[in-house]
Amino acid sequence: MHVLDLDYMLGLLPILLGYLPLTLEMAGAGMVAALVLACLLAVVRVQRMPGLNALAMLFISFFRGTPLLVQLFLFYYGLPQILTFLVAINGITATILGLTLHFSAYMAESIRAAIVGVDRSQTEAALSIGMTQGQLMRRIVLPQATRVATPTLMNYFIDMIKATSLAFTLGVTELMGATQKEAAGSFLYFEAFLLAAIIYWVVVEILSWLQRRLEKRLNRAYQR
Amino acid sequence: MIALNGITKRFGAHTVFENIDLTLEQGEIIVVIGPSGTGKSTLLRCINYLETPDAGRLTVGNLSLDAKHATRREILALRRRTAFVFQNYALFSNKTALDNICEGMIVVDGLSKAEAHARGREILERIGLADKANAYPASLSGGQQQRVGIGRAMAAKAEVILFDEPTSALDPEWVDEVLALMKHLALERQTMIVVSHEMQFAREVADRVVFMDEGRIIEQGPPDELFTNPQDERTQRFLRKVLANNPI
Ligand SMILES: Nc1ncnc2c1ncn2[C@@H]1O[C@H](COP(=O)(O)OP(=O)(O)OP(=O)(O)O)[C@@H](O)[C@H]1O
Ligand SMILES: [Mg+2]
Repeated sequence: MHVLDLDYMLGLLPILLGYLPLTLEMAGAGMVAALVLACLLAVVRVQRMPGLNALAMLFISFFRGTPLLVQLFLFYYGLPQILTFLVAINGITATILGLTLHFSAYMAESIRAAIVGVDRSQTEAALSIGMTQGQLMRRIVLPQATRVATPTLMNYFIDMIKATSLAFTLGVTELMGATQKEAAGSFLYFEAFLLAAIIYWVVVEILSWLQRRLEKRLNRAYQR
Repeated sequence: MIALNGITKRFGAHTVFENIDLTLEQGEIIVVIGPSGTGKSTLLRCINYLETPDAGRLTVGNLSLDAKHATRREILALRRRTAFVFQNYALFSNKTALDNICEGMIVVDGLSKAEAHARGREILERIGLADKANAYPASLSGGQQQRVGIGRAMAAKAEVILFDEPTSALDPEWVDEVLALMKHLALERQTMIVVSHEMQFAREVADRVVFMDEGRIIEQGPPDELFTNPQDERTQRFLRKVLANNPI
């Protein structure tokens, strides 16, 4: 048993931190795209748009019903064999695409539940004073649904940050891939992966702190 | 003038009412009474187009429309001429008391925020809640919430305000302040249709009391006549029952 090599870890820290931006960029891009897609899916589901609703349900069912890793391999290794113009798809793009589709399926259901959960009598009150459906959505329903959905969506964002580590299986050198390479060179696997774990952990803790502040803000209107 | 002509409403096979006629002059105050499930709420909701009537004509001021085939524009125009006060207040829970009142003025009437807030504060003054401008509904008592609900309806400058049992969800301690505000509006000759079991209020404030039963207007008249000398046997029975519980 060897003692923890702290000097090695300290030296490794700046190297690994150098890969954190890529991790955060993939998660950030995936989150923004997933939010947009999830809102669209949720609206389709809430309005029960004929045809589209069935497609949305199929989409959600598939992307919730299969492992993210399988989906990533499908996009990165599988799809280019069928859609030959995709040969150029790189690991980063494939990861963002996979994260987007996978998480949008989960997020769509949270957003849908939040919209449906808004008190129906407030909808009627808005209509009764002559608001249009669009005004009702923008000014009454969505602000309230946002408050309800935010904690869940933030949790998905945290999950997504951790899930970016799967990009390493597509040959992307992000935080996880870099750690693997460093560890293979030094044979100090414990130190290297412990450090990677700590970096993920700190990032998630910072986000959790932001999440709590955001929720407090959003809940201000509802305090007695 | 407000007029309902031949208004009919069905839910599937169940006909709530058929061919209802009702006319109000401007400034008139009508109280609608009747047993539960008779269609009082549904009738009010049809006037505001929260329910789509199956037949008939609705006239509010210079707007007259075929109730079943109203266009989107007509529906919005009708709703701007009518305002609704809900039994459970139905305040926007993401907005302060002031913003609840100002919402329609800003979004529907297109007033600037400053204009709307100035008018909103006047209304808060009139409903006795000037100090609650920035309070959210969750922090208000039932009576205060309902007064904001009435304030929101006042802000709409509607030709008629429709009240659906505005005090029946309230704890008894808050009923009087809401009725007092409604009396105040009545003194200003705000046209209103009030569905209520508050017989004392009806007696003091109504120009006309309308008794509905099983989807029909059985009898109507000034409160003195209707309460003291009801003609129809169903009216007599209903009043006996209600007045036994709440003598005037
Ligand atoms: N959305 C709906 N779908 C189906 N039936 C309905 C609906 N709303 C009301 N009804 C029915 O229409 C009838 C009239 O209901 P309404 O609520 O208008 O009565 P009400 O006179 O207001 O009664 P209450 O004094 O209990 O409020 C009832 O039989 C009710 O069950
Ligand atoms: Mg009712």
